[in-house]
Amino acid sequence: MKYEAVIGLEVHAELLTDSKIFCGCSTKFGSEPNTQVCPVCLGLPGTLPVLNKKVVEYAVRAGLALNCTIANFSKMDRKNYFYPDLPKAYQISQYDLPLCSNGYIEIEVEGGTKRIGIKRIHIEEDAGKLLHEGTDGSLVDYNRAGVPLIEIVSEPDISTPEEAYQYLVKLKSILEYTEVSDCKMQEGSLRVDTNVSVRPVGTTDLGTKIELKNLNSFKAVQKALEYEIKRQIKVLEEGGTIVQETRRWNEAKGITEPMRTKEEAHDYRYFPEPDLVPIIVTEEWKEEIRKTLPEMPDAKRERFITQYGLPEYDAKVITSSKKMADFFEKCASNYHSPKIVSNWLMGEFARLLNDTGREIDEVPITPDMLIELLKLVDDNVISGSIAKTVFEEMFFTGKNPQIIVEEKGLRQIADEGELRRIVRKVIEENPKSVEDYKKGKEKALGFLVGQVMKETKGKANPQLTNQLLREELSK
Amino acid sequence: MELYSLTVHELKELLHKREVSAQEVTKSYLERIKEVEPKVDALVTITEEFALERAKVADEMIKKGEAKDLTGIPVIIKDNISTEGIRTTCSSKMLENYIPPYNATVVERLLNEGVVILGKSNLDEFAMGSSTENSAFKITKNPWDLSRVPGGSSGGSAVAVAADEAAFALGSDTGGSIRQPASLCGVVGMKPTYGLVSRYGLVAFASSLDQIGPFTKDVTDCAIVLNAIAGHDPLDSTSVKIEKPDYTSYLKEDIKGFRIGVAKEFFGAGIEEGVKETVEKAIKVFEDLGAEIIDISIPYVEYALPAYYIIASAEASSNLARYDGIRYGHIAKNYEDLVDMYMTSRSEGFGKEVKRRIMLGTYALSSGYYDAYYKKALKVRTLIKNDFERAFEKCDVIVGPTSPTVAFKIGERTNDPLAMYLADIYTVSVNIAGLPAISIPCGLSEGLPVGLQIIGKHFDEGRILNVAYAFEKAYKFDAKPQAIGGER
Repeated sequence: MKYEAVIGLEVHAELLTDSKIFCGCSTKFGSEPNTQVCPVCLGLPGTLPVLNKKVVEYAVRAGLALNCTIANFSKMDRKNYFYPDLPKAYQISQYDLPLCSNGYIEIEVEGGTKRIGIKRIHIEEDAGKLLHEGTDGSLVDYNRAGVPLIEIVSEPDISTPEEAYQYLVKLKSILEYTEVSDCKMQEGSLRVDTNVSVRPVGTTDLGTKIELKNLNSFKAVQKALEYEIKRQIKVLEEGGTIVQETRRWNEAKGITEPMRTKEEAHDYRYFPEPDLVPIIVTEEWKEEIRKTLPEMPDAKRERFITQYGLPEYDAKVITSSKKMADFFEKCASNYHSPKIVSNWLMGEFARLLNDTGREIDEVPITPDMLIELLKLVDDNVISGSIAKTVFEEMFFTGKNPQIIVEEKGLRQIADEGELRRIVRKVIEENPKSVEDYKKGKEKALGFLVGQVMKETKGKANPQLTNQLLREELSK
Repeated sequence: MELYSLTVHELKELLHKREVSAQEVTKSYLERIKEVEPKVDALVTITEEFALERAKVADEMIKKGEAKDLTGIPVIIKDNISTEGIRTTCSSKMLENYIPPYNATVVERLLNEGVVILGKSNLDEFAMGSSTENSAFKITKNPWDLSRVPGGSSGGSAVAVAADEAAFALGSDTGGSIRQPASLCGVVGMKPTYGLVSRYGLVAFASSLDQIGPFTKDVTDCAIVLNAIAGHDPLDSTSVKIEKPDYTSYLKEDIKGFRIGVAKEFFGAGIEEGVKETVEKAIKVFEDLGAEIIDISIPYVEYALPAYYIIASAEASSNLARYDGIRYGHIAKNYEDLVDMYMTSRSEGFGKEVKRRIMLGTYALSSGYYDAYYKKALKVRTLIKNDFERAFEKCDVIVGPTSPTVAFKIGERTNDPLAMYLADIYTVSVNIAGLPAISIPCGLSEGLPVGLQIIGKHFDEGRILNVAYAFEKAYKFDAKPQAIGGER
């Protein structure tokens, strides 16, 4: 029997508001524990929440960007459970009347695009963080308690782990574009849970679903789903049944492990939050927010193809991140060849960002600095390969390329006299290659060029080196 | 005449004319507290030092010509209202040593007026009860008869005013917790419209029903205190943005042509004959004053009590979940793991009635029972609101007894929670509908005070005060509790 998977994703994204959802405390990441707290977010007796209007605005912006219907009337509810990181022992969230519903994302699949439904987006508060240090119990940091979140719940329209990955990439890019979240998984500002079931191809009933947790990257989501789908199919093929449960992804072992069963599941006893009034989003407010939506990734990609003549592949890669796209556009509008800019962004720049795990706005290179570097190549001040060395230096130090070239003496040797002297020396030292060349082996010329480069530490002007070698060899 | 026996407006006059100083007034009250407190046990904390400090501040304000209505007036605050630097216990072992780092909005407003805080008053633990017997610390006694309860949950505040331990007091009312003890102690107590007074800093029992209000010696004082505490607060989303009138401008004796509704449902089974007769006499007074008495009906009010106990307990089960021993409050000494720590801390920290309501509320919200209990109770709430709306098409205010009985004996109902819950039968519907209501003394039955409840339309406190004031002037209630003694 052939099986197919049914996958749904739940994504939590922290909103980029300056202050928390129900009080004025800062949302800044990485401060000393419990320095961004007040009686309200600590849930002290008698305190009351007051909804931050910006949170609604950001969530509506995300909802509009994800093609959702925005509720003109919604409300907050209490989700009750005990945990030390939850100061009030309930989370203020939304239950039956979420702010946004019925949206979708389009992802690319073989042979076209596929629409993945978004069931709902609701707003809620984050909890604090437990720190397990030493053996003498645990510590709690409440800085994160009350940081605003949106939870984005997909429809179970996703059929493969690859689609799940594509959905997440697209979702992240849209959230970044709309500037509602910085989506940094390593800082916990984006968190993903997924649930998956399998069923025989051709059937429509849903199988028993398993919820997966502890997914620390999009790749982990994909790998965990791949593992879990195989596991479920194996259980069914061996005549077993799937038990509804929550499983945790063990990244080191590459497997999913049981975490808790349905019997241990919470009864959250949701009820309307009596301390807050309903949220009303008027048509006017909604339209005002819609006007603040930036150009979305798909539109930007099309424009980059027509306006800058980029190949479709380049346009897609560059526009997947708004920051990357903005960087590209600043360079391309001041430089003659957008394609050369895109080569750099997709090549050296992407490689270094990837290696260091940094974001484009976290490194000290500016668009102006990159253009300056490209102009040094254009003006034959340095060669393309030297430019890569300079770029790496810029990436880590933020120094101006001109200064790096001077400091390290990387300026290209374009002085004919000096270069001719080196060419002669190389010819003298490599009689065998010279002989080969004269016998008609073009390859030998490449070797000799290489020797000149070695002698000059890569600084020889390549065209001039070629020209001089040919002249000297034909003498 | 001792200073402590004066009303707020009488004290105000003496203070503004600088015939007495705030420090003299404060000392008079502190002496009085020393004298009667051992008999009535109304206070959880006495803040003598802070009071004298505040009295100095008040005298400075008066000296500089910055005196306000409540400058130098001594007050006692119910111990479920947050006071910065002053223990706020909710009369619970759970919060026995909890000192808040912030003031409730009402406290902040009173301090800006220049009041002198004398202490914090006893209550039924977390405001759950009708007799103040559910306090983890002490049982407050009724100054009219020390073997009887003062009512509750704001029993300490009611007694503080009845026994002249303070010029006025603040309480909170979720189902009758201001009006019922005011009735049993022979003082004035008002529950304002839900949303008129900020709840910020009131330790939540049932968020959709709780409201802070004043206990005073007369109706004039009630209007003065309401002026100080009412009004929108950005820290409380449920506080309403309305133009606040000067409530003292409603203190008029003329109520000719007013339509006063009398609902038969407020004279039903369980009412004591003496209470019934006293209230009927009071209604006669209105008639004599030229008001029109109109028979009305509020049919769904019979479901108010059960609906109230579901809604209030449901909210309480969630509101009280934060007392888990982790950040503040009582924590168990010995426990095995996290769940055991929660269970032991809460088992030790909460009293019987609080536990009963947490269980009741948790049950009502549980999956599978939500629709049958909580959701149904909300429907009843809507029906009761509609009932009142219809009634108020025919009348301006509704009057009736505040409590079906006079003060009952200590211990009489402690083993029968349902009998205890019946003490609130005439008051809970007002909270359910979010309406304002006052209780004023209207006579004695068997030597104990009887309270008259006057219910008004939303934000129609002015009208209530007008009716209450007219009654007070026409029917001079000048009996004083005799069980405590002292120069009066």
